[in-house]
Amino acid sequence: MRVLEKIRPPAGTAGCPAACLIKIYKVNSSQIDFNSVVNRSYEDMLKNAVVLTVLIFFLVLPLLIRSNYLLGILIVTGLYTIIVIGLGILMGYAGQVSFGQAAFFGLGGYTAAILSTSCSWPTPAALLAAMVLPGLVAALIGRPTLKLKELYLALATLAFGILVHILFNEGGEITGGPSGLMGIPYLSLGGLVFDRDIKFYYLVLAVVLLVSLAVHNLIQSRTGRALRAIRESEHAAEAAGMDTVLLKLQAFVFSAVLAGLAGGLYAFYVTFISPSPFSFHMSVQFVLMAVVGGLGTFWGPLLGSGLVVALGEALRWAVPLVIPGAGGEYQIIFFGIILVLVMVFRPGGLGSLFSPPVHRERPGRPGEKGVDDSVAGG
Amino acid sequence: MLLEVEGLTRHFGGVAAVKEISFKLKKSEIFALIGPNGAGKTTVFNLITGMLAPDAGSLVFEGMSLAGLKPHQIAAAGITRTFQNLQLFGGMTVLENIMAGAHLKGRTGFLKALAAWPGSAREEKKIRQEALALLKEVGLAGLADLPAAALPFGRQRLLEVARALASGPRLVLLDEPAAGLNSAETKELADYLKRLREEGKSMVLVEHDMETVMEVADRIMVLNFGEVIALGTPAEIQANPEVIKAYLGEDEQVA
Repeated sequence: MRVLEKIRPPAGTAGCPAACLIKIYKVNSSQIDFNSVVNRSYEDMLKNAVVLTVLIFFLVLPLLIRSNYLLGILIVTGLYTIIVIGLGILMGYAGQVSFGQAAFFGLGGYTAAILSTSCSWPTPAALLAAMVLPGLVAALIGRPTLKLKELYLALATLAFGILVHILFNEGGEITGGPSGLMGIPYLSLGGLVFDRDIKFYYLVLAVVLLVSLAVHNLIQSRTGRALRAIRESEHAAEAAGMDTVLLKLQAFVFSAVLAGLAGGLYAFYVTFISPSPFSFHMSVQFVLMAVVGGLGTFWGPLLGSGLVVALGEALRWAVPLVIPGAGGEYQIIFFGIILVLVMVFRPGGLGSLFSPPVHRERPGRPGEKGVDDSVAGG
Repeated sequence: MLLEVEGLTRHFGGVAAVKEISFKLKKSEIFALIGPNGAGKTTVFNLITGMLAPDAGSLVFEGMSLAGLKPHQIAAAGITRTFQNLQLFGGMTVLENIMAGAHLKGRTGFLKALAAWPGSAREEKKIRQEALALLKEVGLAGLADLPAAALPFGRQRLLEVARALASGPRLVLLDEPAAGLNSAETKELADYLKRLREEGKSMVLVEHDMETVMEVADRIMVLNFGEVIALGTPAEIQANPEVIKAYLGEDEQVA
């Protein structure tokens, strides 16, 4: 543990193992001694080794498990990870909360389902549309609400999520109502048909990897820095020339696009879609995954999704043993308890066990106040 | 004229925080804004930078009206500011604070960032080098990798000033940059501001430390209850009976 303490990355690296591949690290000789430089390159090697190990683990995992049930759980965890990565950008960097991710997830799912069945679109095109449509809807919701400060986006997305869920249920022939749509074709990309779980698993793994890489690029970039700056001080960010409304909108749209992508993949995986997985309850779970996993950490989305999914499965089995006849709604009590425990003992989330979050807990800053106070001064 | 302020007015409720203020700012000038607490100095800053909308009056910067522009657009026009109550990006490193201050120098947007567009790495490297050069100039280079919140207060003030300079603005509004600094740090800051003026930078300075104001300011405008009560050189201001009255009350004499 003590060694780990010593090789913590400096504030500002995303705590990401691949960071050293891209990072141009400037050393200031007066402050940093030779030892820490050695530690840093050692640390970067260690991080890459960890990423590689985890990747190999997930590559060989399906060969070790023979159960389709477990494979299915892994696929769903992967899809949730995609959503939580997007939500993590919105919450951990832009400082906004969305309680509507399940709705974007569902919009993506239904878009892919409807276009590939009733409209007979080729499946890749339907998948693309499953990303575009939620993105457009997010832009529409985000534009007016993000101009307002604070948590208006949370309220707007909450209402939106409930509304969309009702639309899925009441959509008549278009959405198939509560019983949903069946007969969604398998996804086929240039002759490759993802008709078996094992194929789909590797597809999802590839998408998670690709999305992680893209997000890693984003965080390291000028835009990522601006998003972090907005979280730290919106007034200063504005004064530095950052279009905070646009940046937050982009982060929100991006999170919706990822949720839509996961939804589209979900539709092509299950080949059947109904409103139940896209309820407000699921949106709350996505937020839970993001927070429990750790905002602004590289491993957070994977850990959070994995833990919440595993726990959901365990509770589904365990709760009826303790409380006979209890349904899924009891799960939320346990999720609530877990959230409280994580917040008390590990406010940075599980991901912060492995790498500190990009933006640490802010140590008290002298005279830190909003600009609204300074308006009154002078 | 760099900045022309004409009849600037802003009310809060029924109270006029700023009342028909007019002044013209020349290039390479340090223009100080002084006055008792609540005189409206920070409000003037908030109005110039678009954080507040004026009820009346006009703001023209380099011949362009600033009316209706958002704060980030005004920054892009070439006006940046510091905050009286520090608004550093505390969890980010000192270097990142400067690089964030140089946001306007970059072009890489959301999509290009996701794809790690080839040009963006070059741009990032350039911004980083310039940020390091600026840190060296203000003597913070050795602290580049520390989180900004971990800096001693005086260094934080300096970082806030440096961040406002990072995008290469033509006009910088400094809101009490010397507040909380010790005398050595204040002297350092005053020297730095004079150096910036020599390089052609214009500044509006709100400051309570009169010694610093008298030393660095080319002209001083005195506000009281949102109104201009005097405008002139440091020597004129020191001799102005209105100013003495506002600061010290009617019957006092100033040496």
